[in-house]
Amino acid sequence: MSEQVIDARGLSCPQPVVLVRKAISDGRTEFSIIVSSDVARENVLRTLKNSGMKGIVSSNGDDIIIKASR
Amino acid sequence: MKNILSSRIGMIVAGSAIGIIAVLLQAAGNPPNMGICVACFERDIAGALGLHRADVVQYLRPEIPAIVLGSFIISTVMKEYKPRAGSSTLIRFFLGMFAMVGALVFLGCPWRALLRLAGGDLNSLLGLLGLVCGIGIGVVFLNRGYSLGRSHDNRKASGWLFPAFMLGLVLLNVSGVSFSEGGPIFFSAKGPGSMHANVIISLAAGLAFGAIAQRSRFCTMGSIRDIILARDFHLMTGVASLLTTAFIGNLILGTFNPGFTGQPVAHSNHLWNFLGMTLAGLAFALAGGCPGRQLILSGEGDADAGVFVMGMITGAAFAHNLSLAGKPDTMAGDVFTLGGPGIYGQAAVITGIIFCLIIGFTMREKLTVK
Repeated sequence: MSEQVIDARGLSCPQPVVLVRKAISDGRTEFSIIVSSDVARENVLRTLKNSGMKGIVSSNGDDIIIKASR
Repeated sequence: MKNILSSRIGMIVAGSAIGIIAVLLQAAGNPPNMGICVACFERDIAGALGLHRADVVQYLRPEIPAIVLGSFIISTVMKEYKPRAGSSTLIRFFLGMFAMVGALVFLGCPWRALLRLAGGDLNSLLGLLGLVCGIGIGVVFLNRGYSLGRSHDNRKASGWLFPAFMLGLVLLNVSGVSFSEGGPIFFSAKGPGSMHANVIISLAAGLAFGAIAQRSRFCTMGSIRDIILARDFHLMTGVASLLTTAFIGNLILGTFNPGFTGQPVAHSNHLWNFLGMTLAGLAFALAGGCPGRQLILSGEGDADAGVFVMGMITGAAFAHNLSLAGKPDTMAGDVFTLGGPGIYGQAAVITGIIFCLIIGFTMREKLTVK
C-alpha cells in the first residue's frame, strides 16, 4: 500500500487533528501529515501519542512533516 | 526553542497566571466578575468609538489591544509570526457578529463565564452548559468534514495591520482626542464602562495575557471541544487552573458571593443564558477559537482571526443599536425585574443559531484521506 500523505497545510484548528483521527479510525498504521504551524505540529503529536502512535518530525521549507507510525 | 508553556505543567502555569491577573484587574478597578471579558471589552471599545451610544458601556479598554500586541511581540520573537489569510473571510466576519450577539445576551465571553463562576455567579453555570452544547454541535459538524478552507501565507507586512490598528486604539484612549463635542472618544461616566483599572495596569495585564496565551495556546472553547472530540484534557488543564486560581483569589479578596440573584452585570434568565452561550459556543467552534484565542491569532498574523474580531466589534455595535443585548437583573426597592434579552435579542439568537447550522451543514469537504 503506498504511503498516505495528509495535506493539512493552512487548515485551522482542529482540522489537522480531525484528519489524523480519521486516518487512525480508518485503520491506518503508517501515514504522513503535512502542517504549516507549530501549533498544528504540537496538536498532531499529542493526538498521535494519545492514540499510542509515534510521530517523527521533519521539515521542508515552511512545511512541517510528521511521519506517523504505530 | 522548546515551548515550555505548551506542556502540561506549562498549561497549569498559564491558566493560573491568567486567573490571578484577572482577579487583580478586578481589584484594580475593572468591573466585578469582569477582570477580563473579551466580548464585553470589545463592546466597550465599540461604544468608545461611537459605533453604539449606550452610555454605560463606552471605554476603549486597553486590555484588548494589549492582548493582540502581546501576542504579536512574543510570536515575532519566538518566530511564530506567520501572516496568513483567505479562509472564508466573510463567513468568519458574520460568525464573529453572531458570536458577540450570543455572548452579549449572556453578558460575557467564555473567559468571563469562568470568572463569574469563580466569583460565585451561579447563572454562569447555565452559560457554560450552553457553551458545551454549542461546541458539541460544532464537533458534530467537524467530524462530518466541516471546513472553512485553507488559508494562504501572505507578505510579512500584511500581519502588521491588525496590531497597528490595535496600537491606534490605545493611542486614541490616552491621547484625550475628541472628534466632536462630547465625543467620540466616549468615556462612560457611570455603569460598567466607568469601572476600569489604570491604563498602565490594563496594558501590562493585556500584554501578559497575550504572551502567556500565545505560548500556551490557551483557548476556552478548544478546551471543551478537545474533550468532546478526542477525550483530550490538555487545554482543559489550563481552564481548570484559571477557574481555581480566580476562585481562590476571590476568596482572599472577599469578592466571592454565591447565588443567582444580585450578581454584578448579570441576569438570571436561565433559558437565555443557556441559548446565548449555545450560539456563542457554536460560532466559536465553527471559527476555530474562543474570542481570546482569535485575538492571539490576529496578533500572530492570522487575518481571518482579525476579521472575526472585527465581526465581534461590529456585532457589539448592532447589539446595542438594535436592542439585542441582555439587560442585567434589576432591584428597585423590593421589586425584582428579571433581566435578559428583549424580543429582538431573542430573535437575533435564534437567527444566529440558524445561520451557524447552515454554515455547519454547507461548508463541508469530504473527509476522505487519500
